[in-house]
Amino acid sequence: MSQYYPALLIAIPLLAALFISASGWLRPALCFPLALTALGGSLLVSLGLLSNVIRGIPDVYLFGGWPPPWGIYYRVDHLSALVLAVVSIVGFVNLIAARPAVEKEFPEKAAPFYTLYVLFVTGLLGMVITGDAFNLYVLLEIAAITGYALIALGKGRAPLSSLHYIFMGTIGACFYLLGVGYLYIITGSLNMEDIARLLPPLYESKVVTVAFVILMVGIWLKMGFFPLHAWLPNAYTHAPSPVSSLVAPLMTKVMVYVMIRMVLTVFTVDYAFLVLKLNDAVVWLAVIAIVAGSLLALAEKDVKRMLTFIVVAEVGYMVGGFWLGNRAGFIGAVLHLVNDALMTLCLFLAVGNIVYAKGNSQWDSLPGLFRTMPWTMGALVVGALSIIGVPPTCGFFSKWYLLLGAIQGGHYGFLAALLFSSLVSVVLFFRIFEISYFEPFGASHGPDHGEDGPAGREAPLGMLVPLWMTALGLVLLGLYTGEIVDRVIRHAVPGMML
Amino acid sequence: MEEVLRLVVERYNYWIYITLMMIGLYALIAKNNLVKKIVGMNIFQTAVILFYVSIGVKKGATIPIIEHNYDMAHQAIRAADYVNPLPHVLMLTAIVVSVATLGVALAITIMVYHRYLTLEEDEILKQIRES
Repeated sequence: MSQYYPALLIAIPLLAALFISASGWLRPALCFPLALTALGGSLLVSLGLLSNVIRGIPDVYLFGGWPPPWGIYYRVDHLSALVLAVVSIVGFVNLIAARPAVEKEFPEKAAPFYTLYVLFVTGLLGMVITGDAFNLYVLLEIAAITGYALIALGKGRAPLSSLHYIFMGTIGACFYLLGVGYLYIITGSLNMEDIARLLPPLYESKVVTVAFVILMVGIWLKMGFFPLHAWLPNAYTHAPSPVSSLVAPLMTKVMVYVMIRMVLTVFTVDYAFLVLKLNDAVVWLAVIAIVAGSLLALAEKDVKRMLTFIVVAEVGYMVGGFWLGNRAGFIGAVLHLVNDALMTLCLFLAVGNIVYAKGNSQWDSLPGLFRTMPWTMGALVVGALSIIGVPPTCGFFSKWYLLLGAIQGGHYGFLAALLFSSLVSVVLFFRIFEISYFEPFGASHGPDHGEDGPAGREAPLGMLVPLWMTALGLVLLGLYTGEIVDRVIRHAVPGMML
Repeated sequence: MEEVLRLVVERYNYWIYITLMMIGLYALIAKNNLVKKIVGMNIFQTAVILFYVSIGVKKGATIPIIEHNYDMAHQAIRAADYVNPLPHVLMLTAIVVSVATLGVALAITIMVYHRYLTLEEDEILKQIRES
């Protein structure tokens, strides 16, 4: 059974998406349970894969029985098993929280929503698990196209933002495809490990350099790395809340994973760090991304929009940490990938609850929230502390590794950017706490705040339970950081970085 | 000069795809009408598809269909006689992807049109700013 896990991981949600869209016509009530079962199934499978990897059992699945250089194969190692687990956990938890919001905001579109949701998660899981560069492009586009459609479900400016995202996302995906094309020209292979085997004698070739640069630009565009982030804030802000809490934690993180995978498995660390010597330049780009993301977040007056700029800054953390090129930086980047997925999920879920209760997440609707929605705001505080990096939560530990990496690598610009961004996060979140705790809500609701001001309307239980599961997860993840690093991430560190 | 000319003539497929790509990119950036932008996006995608198709070509080679005459089985098949079919097959998938993207983009454009009753981006942005 367990040798089919890699294929099942993709097959379950892919087939389920078909059934969900069919049941949309026949029995709309079945859509949600079907989606839940499908994602629950792939969650179990991905946890099975993770435990297999920890126990040292290799998971390779050859499609159609074709051996690697010819056929597509799925391969799970420590890094991908960890990211698979994160993706399926976030997808599953967020699905539970999505239901009330879907029923309130677009009940008539529930079936398409769940179909696209499951397909989106399928695409992301596939991107993480595949061992074939072209297959990755196809899965990337599955995730991207469903993502465009999901974002366009929102109100107001959402379709326009989604359209801009399509333009940028398509350019990014085309660049990726072009990079793969150049690799194919020079090696004649599409299999990641086969390319890595064929590349070493060709390191001096300009074609490889071009392929590398084009691939990286495409991936950076997709992950919203700072100068290429322009599509991200609008798309994530105007998307309906269950969508932004799905897309924002996952899309950028999975693209960071793809970047790491491309450098580690395809081009190899030797090429990226020793032949090209781009690492210093990229870390400086990451510094700019962190500082710019933090400053832009400071200018916003809407919680959700502010969070999108924090996502931009966090992408800088991970890219910078990885390109530091030392052990601590690498561990920090991977750990931050895991933590940040859960932190952003927690924050976006909390904001989703606020939007559910208040209709928007503008600062005007914040006052008095600690009294009316204590549970939501409590979880928001946990998430915020984690983003800032306060010890018991997981955000502290990954930031610690990143800082350690910056010191060991002697990259003090990155160190300063990390500290600066943490300080800005303190300002950002405590401003929100101050407004929602201390500011008298009478002031913003006029003198007669009888009807919708302080009326105690907490979000429904179906949204609070997943939110608190995530918030507790942040603390647990922090407490078990040592285990995760020791059992999983340590094995993923490439030999050169030791 | 001769060097440059040779570079252009020998690798004309690359020059064509880059030109097409830049036309598409120009339309994506500079055009004001959303449908024109989508057309630009499609040209951009098609440029990459043509690039892939062109790299499978070999001089003097034929289509990759192997004839099965009954006494030919023992003859070795020379790869140089056939164009490389793999990039072409890959592009079938890429064409499907680009059609899907185009479909989603056009569907969303219709939504935008219903909401703002125009497809000119500056007018849409003006409406957003005023509201």
